Amino acid sequence: MKQVSNRKLGRNILKLSLIFILTISTSIFAQEGDPAKGKSLFNANCAACHKLDKKMTGPALRHIEQKLADEQGLDRAWLAAWIRNSSSVIKSGDAYAAKIYDEYGGAAMTAFPQLSDQDISDILAYTAEEAPAPVEVATASGTGQASSESGISNKIILGALALLFALLAMALLLVRRTLNRFAEAKNVDVTETKGVPIWKAFVQNQFLVLVTVIFLLLASGYYLYGYMMQIGVDQGYQPVQPIHFSHKIHAGDNGIDCKFCHSSARVSKTSGIPSLNVCMNCHKSVYEVAETTATEEYSKEFYDGEIKKLYDAVGWSDADQKYTGETQPVKWVRIHNLPDFAYFNHSQHVSVAGIECQTCHGPIEEMEIVSQYSPLTMGWCINCHRDTNVKVKDNAYYTKIHEELSKKYGVEELTAAQMGGLECGKCHY
Amino acid sequence: MSSNKKYWKSVEELNENSSIVETLQQNEFVEEIPTDEFLGNKESLESSKTTRRDFLKYVGFSTAAASLAACEGPVIKSIPYVVQPVEIIPGVANYYATTIADGFDFASVLVKTREGRPIKIENNTLATTSGSANARVNASVLGLYDSMRMQGPVKGDSYISWEDLNAEVSQKLTELSGSGKQIVLLTQTFASPSTSKLISEFKQKYGNVNHVVYDAVSESAALDAYQAKYNERGLASYDFSKAETIVSVGGDFLGDWQGGGFDSGYAAGRIPTKGKMSRHIQFESNMSLTGANADKRVPVTPSQQKLVLAKLYSEVVGGSVSVDLPEHILTAVSKAASQLKSVGSKGVVVTGVQDVNAQTVVLEINDYLNSKAFDAATPIKIRQGNDKAVNTLVAEMKAGKVGAIIMSGVNPIYTLPNAADFAEGLTQTELSVTFSLKADETSTQTQYIAAAPHYLESWGDVELKKGHFALMQPTIRPLFDTKQFQDALLNWTGNDVSYHDYIKQTWNENILAGSSFSQALHDGVFVSNGAISTSNGTNATATATDDKTFVGGIIEDVATGLGLNKDKETTTATEQTTTTASVSGASAARALASSTASAGLELSLYTKVGMGDGKQANNPWLQEFPDPITRTSWDNYLTVSKDDAKALGLKSEHVANGGLNGSYANVTVNGTTIENVPVIIQPGQAKGSVGLSFGYGRTTGLKNEMKTGVNAYKLYHNFNNVQDVSVSAAQGMHEFASVQLHNTLMGRGDIIKETTLEIFNTKDKSEWNAIPVVSLNHVETPVTSPEVDLWDEYDRTIGHHFNLSIDLNACTGCGACVIACHAENNVPVVGKEEVRKSRDMHWLRIDRYYSSEESFAEDIEKKENISGLGSSLSEFGEMEHASDNPQVVFQPVMCQHCNHAPCETVCPVAATSHGRQGQNHMAYNRCVGTRYCANNCPYKVRRFNWFLYSENDEFDYHMNDDLGRMVLNPDVVVRSRGVMEKCSMCIQKTQKTILDAKRDGREIKDGEFQTACSAACGNGAMVFGDINDKDSKVAKLLEDNRMYHLLEYVGTEPNVQYHTKVRNTTEA
Repeated sequence: MKQVSNRKLGRNILKLSLIFILTISTSIFAQEGDPAKGKSLFNANCAACHKLDKKMTGPALRHIEQKLADEQGLDRAWLAAWIRNSSSVIKSGDAYAAKIYDEYGGAAMTAFPQLSDQDISDILAYTAEEAPAPVEVATASGTGQASSESGISNKIILGALALLFALLAMALLLVRRTLNRFAEAKNVDVTETKGVPIWKAFVQNQFLVLVTVIFLLLASGYYLYGYMMQIGVDQGYQPVQPIHFSHKIHAGDNGIDCKFCHSSARVSKTSGIPSLNVCMNCHKSVYEVAETTATEEYSKEFYDGEIKKLYDAVGWSDADQKYTGETQPVKWVRIHNLPDFAYFNHSQHVSVAGIECQTCHGPIEEMEIVSQYSPLTMGWCINCHRDTNVKVKDNAYYTKIHEELSKKYGVEELTAAQMGGLECGKCHY
Repeated sequence: MSSNKKYWKSVEELNENSSIVETLQQNEFVEEIPTDEFLGNKESLESSKTTRRDFLKYVGFSTAAASLAACEGPVIKSIPYVVQPVEIIPGVANYYATTIADGFDFASVLVKTREGRPIKIENNTLATTSGSANARVNASVLGLYDSMRMQGPVKGDSYISWEDLNAEVSQKLTELSGSGKQIVLLTQTFASPSTSKLISEFKQKYGNVNHVVYDAVSESAALDAYQAKYNERGLASYDFSKAETIVSVGGDFLGDWQGGGFDSGYAAGRIPTKGKMSRHIQFESNMSLTGANADKRVPVTPSQQKLVLAKLYSEVVGGSVSVDLPEHILTAVSKAASQLKSVGSKGVVVTGVQDVNAQTVVLEINDYLNSKAFDAATPIKIRQGNDKAVNTLVAEMKAGKVGAIIMSGVNPIYTLPNAADFAEGLTQTELSVTFSLKADETSTQTQYIAAAPHYLESWGDVELKKGHFALMQPTIRPLFDTKQFQDALLNWTGNDVSYHDYIKQTWNENILAGSSFSQALHDGVFVSNGAISTSNGTNATATATDDKTFVGGIIEDVATGLGLNKDKETTTATEQTTTTASVSGASAARALASSTASAGLELSLYTKVGMGDGKQANNPWLQEFPDPITRTSWDNYLTVSKDDAKALGLKSEHVANGGLNGSYANVTVNGTTIENVPVIIQPGQAKGSVGLSFGYGRTTGLKNEMKTGVNAYKLYHNFNNVQDVSVSAAQGMHEFASVQLHNTLMGRGDIIKETTLEIFNTKDKSEWNAIPVVSLNHVETPVTSPEVDLWDEYDRTIGHHFNLSIDLNACTGCGACVIACHAENNVPVVGKEEVRKSRDMHWLRIDRYYSSEESFAEDIEKKENISGLGSSLSEFGEMEHASDNPQVVFQPVMCQHCNHAPCETVCPVAATSHGRQGQNHMAYNRCVGTRYCANNCPYKVRRFNWFLYSENDEFDYHMNDDLGRMVLNPDVVVRSRGVMEKCSMCIQKTQKTILDAKRDGREIKDGEFQTACSAACGNGAMVFGDINDKDSKVAKLLEDNRMYHLLEYVGTEPNVQYHTKVRNTTEA
């Protein structure tokens, strides 16, 4: 889903830029480009392979025009020709073009014949901008202070409260002492009547003892039952994973469809933990997180470090932009564990029934660290089977069965239970 | 049936005054509990600081700690692929077509793999050349995960690298190539065009190379006969579906006769359609699978078989021979001959007599009949061994003429009768290399063990029949550091292509004729239209043809041996026809007729359905597979007829715990004695003959548990499966693990329903397949009617309702379904001791019933006429003694999935319940093991887990090691101790079929639903499907006249149907 919309977005941008080119670009060679427009063009066309300050699939592009002019004596016309069709430049026998081609592993640059001269000027203007000054440490420490301030303020409030209670207690003691002194002064006898201690009175009241015992027994029975029932139920199980993979960032912030990575959920009984080559489809170019991704709890450095862990595991050398071949499979901690005597098939629920992943797995897209959302007990399964209607629409398999069964049970729509979803052997074999 | 027999375990018990028996009767446990070991030493007991209270404290603490720890769930790791192969989706099975060609079993198969692990062998429905996968082929997947396999090449006692091995071997070979000493390749039958080509290249490079093909169980006689007649080394192929009359003289063609694979065609002709079915007459000495299926079985000794053939030839083709045979056999032969003549081209004769003349006679008869079932034009290529060449080789090795011997797929030190000579010869060679899966009897004696891959890890090609090719492809990356023979040959010939590329090249050049290699690989088979013949290119074959001169089409030396040359001078007048073929046939028949019966006992050596030639002896599935005839697992044994046993003082009997015991016998052939061979008295064994199977008695390269039985190859002199033998009783009794105790059916014809073709065609169904009736208000009401039912009927007309249909006519008892069930359902192996205690775990068993009379009517009549105790004792006793020539019925029995299941009502915890789709469910995790259900099951199909059979050193079979557990089906639970289990009607498979249809949004077609057993049955005996789909095959079978349910009068309404067995007793 996401991919499709992305592609559309890209196409829209292209269209827009085409219109833009047709309407605005009148001069053949506009010397001055607009860095703002250049930035958007760069992000739409170039960013998949180029970064300004980092070598990726292609070279780093900061001050590229200047560099070429200084080091190779190549002008903007050469650059424009290269951008519009690099392979023809290579074929023409240009020495530098051939050198670049070889340096980047013989991967030809995508041709961009649709870019106008104005577009190229804009992009080059963007690349000619100075790198922004490194972010001041002060800002980071500032946020640190802010967080520590909030911590301190909590402590102050607590301390103040404690002080207040202490004062109150002292005040009460003082009042009592004062009152006693008054009584003494007025010769009022304040000898406290020593009654039967409460516990003795309690023991003497047999009815109360009986009630309490019954209550205690019931309570302990209740809690014991509760304790027993949660044995083997790992609801809320939230283990620490070898790589801090944030579903919040991927499925939530970036809106990646669950089945994009967990593709086997569509056809298999397991949803499948994505193999690392699936991660690398995106993370080849996503080598760091955006500033905005960092939270108070997890800094950008932390997230970038986790991406490094992925690179180590899959054997990707970010500097050379190639695989080293030294892999180290990731040992994820399995969160959802069904006992082996219970058969569960993802595809039945995901593809046939069309159930959202979140129905069982909870708001995964909000989970920074995934935990087990549902109890995964048999009662939980059964209840859902009792309540959920079978999705029979447009499924030729169900047509006949549904027609006959719904007539038999006298219902409009059949639940999974009526379809046989409560039979032991459907899940236990 | 109550029995008045006195059961006894040992001879001692018969002695009334024995004190031992007295003691044993009083004490349940023979040995005292060895308390002295830990309580005997008073000093140490007193000096111990641990008081009783301390001890209780420790116990209490450790119990509490253990139970607390148990509440904590384990941390489970999941490790995904780094780079997931595109074709693998975790949880989804992939299928690959490949071919097994281990030298004994050849079949095109489909391999089911899960997450890259082969877990099951299935039939390749695209392959029609070779029959379906038999029990051994089904079990072969377990051989891949054998923990005893070689993990890398070995020199002496230490592992070496392949580079070193290749360098050392090719250096030695180069040295030898100029020395004048032979370089010998001793191999199994590969029947591989690429390997043949490769070997000829190897010969070119090293010069004096001799390729000897060696089949452990020889078919040389048949090959020689075929070669003599058709000038090509091969075996005639047969399609029994085209035959109306089949006469077999000692040919176990439903077993391993001439490579096997004939049962599908046979079964097709056995199902009565339009009032017709084939008639099968069998003359044989051992009770074989084929004989058990025959309409008429005549027990004859091996030497009589030759006479029978001679007589048959003279009756069918012409000419006269006088043979010395008992009257009843002569009559049977005459009748068979007239039946053959009456059907003409729809008749066929086969023989298993290992004699060139016998095989020639059969070829001639079939030729004469112009039999449609007989096909000499496309010979079978899967047996190419040459006995003479092997004998010559052993002699030359002993003489020191062999410089290097390289073996692949053979184990001569185990399989040769003169193994000692071979071993001695081996020491004379300068270089000896064995390509072997195991460190077995032979490979441990050679300088190098070149670790070979399993066929599921190998590339290969096979020419099953002339022009019918099959491809072998790896279905898993090699588990160990192995290399196949062909890859090594490529290396030694200095060719650096892989064997895969080599095959591809060979196929593209010689076989495919423009067809796609990928398509052939996908299908697993390729049938070429043009006649492409792969030359064997072996010296062995060359010698075979060169050395012989032909006398009237048969080989001179054989003829001389049988006194044929003398015959030829005296009788010429009888030869009516002038064609050379006929001449050879007639003279061969005469040669047969002149063969004399031996005075003593004759031994027929045979292969068992479960063990074959013994290659897979370390396969626990096969060891525990009960032989179809004797129902005995974990053993081979001497089968003896009742009369001979009596004369020799041999016994086999059942003892009180239900086990079968047999005497030991010493068996001597030609000076070689095997001591202590256990004896089974086999009903139907021809008097004067005994039988012993190959494949057992392995000593090296297998687990101790699998070292069962005796090695019959020691008696296989001159590769003749018939030997003169002397048998004498030895001390002691052998304890068998036999799973069926019934001797005869005792007239209880309602378990098996059987009729004859005549009655089937002429009489009403109610006469031969009546529904039992009960009396309701003095009116006889069929048990199937709802009024007499205790249960309320549940509406099963909506959705699927599964039925399994079993046709007793098509079932040959081969047991492929049994092994397929093991593989599919993770059925554990329990071992010999447990099987003996009736604790086998087989979900599917094939019961074998004998009936002593020609028809059940006679049995029933006898039973009805018993009057008084005296009579009943003798008459029942008579019926209990299986007759000299019983009729046999095989009946596969699994959970019958009763609609009104007796097991479900007695389960106190509702662990077993009924599904709407007709399956009787079993929730293992709910079961508490009361075993009430097993008690209440009328079919005795429920199995109880007495022990934990996985990861338990007491049961050291495949489920006890990580490697062996790789074969387990991840969709089926491995059951634990204390729970009941049984056939689930492969609910995991039906559920998968339903899910696939749901996902595709389509209806399910007939034939999509399969169980493991129905898919494995190549005979069409088992049909599975949905009876609510009125057009399905199984729904039609339900309406068939032959259909009945097992023990219908119990009223259980099973979902397994049986189809009445019809025998064709019509004599021409």
